[in-house]
Amino acid sequence: MHKILLQQLLILSFLLSSSGQAEEMGKNVFEKILGNGLKVIVKEDHRAPVLVQQVWYRAGSMDESTGTTGIAHVLEHMMFKGTKSVPAGEFSKRIAAAGGRENAFTSYDYTAYFQQLHKDKLELAMKLESDRMQNLVLSDAEFAKEIQVVMEERRMRTDDEPHALLFEKLMAVSFQEHPYQHPIIGWMNDLKTLTATDARNWYQRWYAPNNAVLVVAGDVKAEEVFAMAQRYYGTIPSRALPKRKQFSEPPQLGIKRIAVKAPAELPLLVMAYHAPTLRDPQQDTIPYALEVLAGVLDGNQSARLNKVLVREQQIASSAGAGYDGAARGPSLFTLEATPSEGVSVAEMEAALREQIAVLIRDGVSVQELARVKAQVTASEVYKRDSVFYQAMQIGQMESIGMNYRDIPVMLEKLQAVTAQQVQDVAHEILKDDNLIVAVLDPQPLSGKSKRINEGATHAH
Amino acid sequence: MHTKLLLACATGMVLGFASLASATPTIQHWQAPSGAQVYFVENHNLPMLDVAVNFPAGSGFDTEEKAGLASLTHGLLELGAEGMSEDDIARKLADVGAQLGGGFDADRASVTLRTLSIKTERDEALTIMARVLQRPLFPESVLAREKIRLIANLKEAETKPDAIAAKAFSKAVFGAHPYGLPPSGEVVTVEKLQRVDLDEFYSSHYGAQNAVVALMGDVSRAEAEAIAQSLTSQLPPGGVSREIAQVVKQSSASKLLIPHPATQSHILIGAPGVARNDADYFPLYVGNYILGGGGFVSRLMQEVREKRGMAYSVYSYFIPMQQPGAFQIGLQTRKDQADEALQIVNATLRDFIEQGVSEKELTAAKQNIVNGFPLRIDSNKKIIDYLSMIGFYHLPLNYLDDFPTRVSKVSVAEIRAAFKRKIYPDVMATVIVGAPEEKSKTEKTEGALK
Repeated sequence: MHKILLQQLLILSFLLSSSGQAEEMGKNVFEKILGNGLKVIVKEDHRAPVLVQQVWYRAGSMDESTGTTGIAHVLEHMMFKGTKSVPAGEFSKRIAAAGGRENAFTSYDYTAYFQQLHKDKLELAMKLESDRMQNLVLSDAEFAKEIQVVMEERRMRTDDEPHALLFEKLMAVSFQEHPYQHPIIGWMNDLKTLTATDARNWYQRWYAPNNAVLVVAGDVKAEEVFAMAQRYYGTIPSRALPKRKQFSEPPQLGIKRIAVKAPAELPLLVMAYHAPTLRDPQQDTIPYALEVLAGVLDGNQSARLNKVLVREQQIASSAGAGYDGAARGPSLFTLEATPSEGVSVAEMEAALREQIAVLIRDGVSVQELARVKAQVTASEVYKRDSVFYQAMQIGQMESIGMNYRDIPVMLEKLQAVTAQQVQDVAHEILKDDNLIVAVLDPQPLSGKSKRINEGATHAH
Repeated sequence: MHTKLLLACATGMVLGFASLASATPTIQHWQAPSGAQVYFVENHNLPMLDVAVNFPAGSGFDTEEKAGLASLTHGLLELGAEGMSEDDIARKLADVGAQLGGGFDADRASVTLRTLSIKTERDEALTIMARVLQRPLFPESVLAREKIRLIANLKEAETKPDAIAAKAFSKAVFGAHPYGLPPSGEVVTVEKLQRVDLDEFYSSHYGAQNAVVALMGDVSRAEAEAIAQSLTSQLPPGGVSREIAQVVKQSSASKLLIPHPATQSHILIGAPGVARNDADYFPLYVGNYILGGGGFVSRLMQEVREKRGMAYSVYSYFIPMQQPGAFQIGLQTRKDQADEALQIVNATLRDFIEQGVSEKELTAAKQNIVNGFPLRIDSNKKIIDYLSMIGFYHLPLNYLDDFPTRVSKVSVAEIRAAFKRKIYPDVMATVIVGAPEEKSKTEKTEGALK
């Protein structure tokens, strides 16, 4: 449980959510808003006698304040520590006894909880999940233990993982005003000073039915789900939510560079460009074009970066590109590569820049464009093999201030992207004033390497 | 952490439930004219098809001198085949939205395909898959490049505490047995691998007689028969035995402390565990759920994380293989409390072996495993993985239907007896990467087999 949602998941979701089969997403999806403001969305899928319940809270690490970073994720951990009527550990025991699997995840934008169960066990899941929406007990003793677990999680996922460390520092340098500058898991120093009171405040502020979306997918009947949701969640009073702060990131006025030293063998070069995210699914064009651009560069084994840099020029040991167009805040369009032995980071950067120059100069071919769209179309079919994933897609959209009904619109728009739009967007976004270059500078393990300096960044 | 636990379950077993027998897919099985064994579930719910072709060609068939050969051979299958360059293969697959992939472990190498079932797309994807399986070229230039990339990755892995621990652990548990070899080889062995080595390995290990084809999805029986034959009729003669040498259980405890600048110690404890067809498998599987397989409700999780907050992830699992694969306990914890955490884990294991489990714990374990059965077969992807496993390990066709009964029948006494037979706390191998520096060294402690 308690895993930080990886950036890739979102990227995947946006791309996979796009297809020629636009009507599929709208099929068998039903929606109802309870009197207390809780939005309930049901996706019926009767292929197997299973279901998933997900509750999404529109509160993620971007809603935190300086000094208490990581609290959204810590609260996620604390949600398993008992309520007035369900003692610590009981939630997991009861779900386990019902044959269920459960987990939770926190992202920059939201926090979500889920249970996967046999179709007959929805009531148990609703009973437990609605209980902890309102009756969580946040004891000092449980908090003191759990915060240690979270610090171990941070050590494991970030402090001892050079690539994660590089990404953390890249974000910190990329966003100077927007709260995406802070890691989801929180800075270690903040974790050391967080208190149970911070967790209580967070819970009080954000965990309300009118700040949540309930998604149930699987072998269920929508009307029965609505009735049950009314019974268990419908009685929870809504609360006034704090006014959300509006954040933006001002234009970057010139290139930024950072280096991160960590124990590793291979360097890693990341070139990240500030990029917008989808705001108006009907009118926007740039996010769709960027999505296709990422596909042209790295959407399949024959995509440009792998084909040219890894296979043909053999200048990179690996190379990739990514863009996440669906988020509450701004995004980054990233290119990354690990240089081959004997190739310097500077040469690697030159090779990536050459690919960008070619894109801007020559654009993309009709075949490349068609290939990316074929992938997207097929993925839309493959996606239906996973009930869990279909629910995820709905929950993510709703949690970032969009609507699941936007999904088919996005599919159409993505299919309509032209080669000219891709070329234009490369020209507009992939420019130096907009760029952050981050380099992992590998350090030998021997020679009494010391712990990596926490939180240090080297901006030039 | 749950990510890890779910993976552990996946390498574990599928579980059945008598009253849900009707929900298990009907598996059709036949032998193709090529000699390959075929397992098929027909299902038209989604317009797609999954295919997997499995061979006894995992790293367990490597030798110490040529460690990494099996993996490299597998990896190069899709990087050039008769009449198609690696780019042709990648591009043509992408054009029809097909996904070619594969799996690789100590026993098995597999090539998998997911494609739309519309005829034009499907035919194109299957044609490429057939070529990749039956006419790989292992081009010199591609081999040279992939060796360089692999060596870079092997060197990188030598800096990562989890990879260092996994490699040292396999060696400590399996010694000279091929299960102890690093699956992707060593820098020095990979450097020496030649195209002729790959050709030979392919010719001897990718024969139709040992191939297991699994198909799941939107095709008819007749189509499935034709597909299975077309994927295997031109395989090489093969002929090398699919048997893997017997694993010898360790007779003494070992403890390896490896320095690393990481903030955490990565701890692995284990021994050879259980073979896929061992009669003790079910008691061990159910028992391990209680020890360290059952998420937040396991004993290891309770002792290390829930009571003491000492780790984010702590788990135990068996990896059932043709020969006994590893029984493994793992955790990561802050360096200065590594010794204490290790003591708690060892005490928990010792108590578990000595005292066994309670009726209450066993009931809870069965409830989870049996009630959770439908989740194990709720997608085409999961079902085809079971088809491959059933076929590859010669498990009965009613394996899924039977599993529940076998889980339900496990008793407290059987769990205790099975663990006592298989796991000896006094002769475990322990690896700690990122041990406090002044302590880092190899300790050999003698233990006695009980």
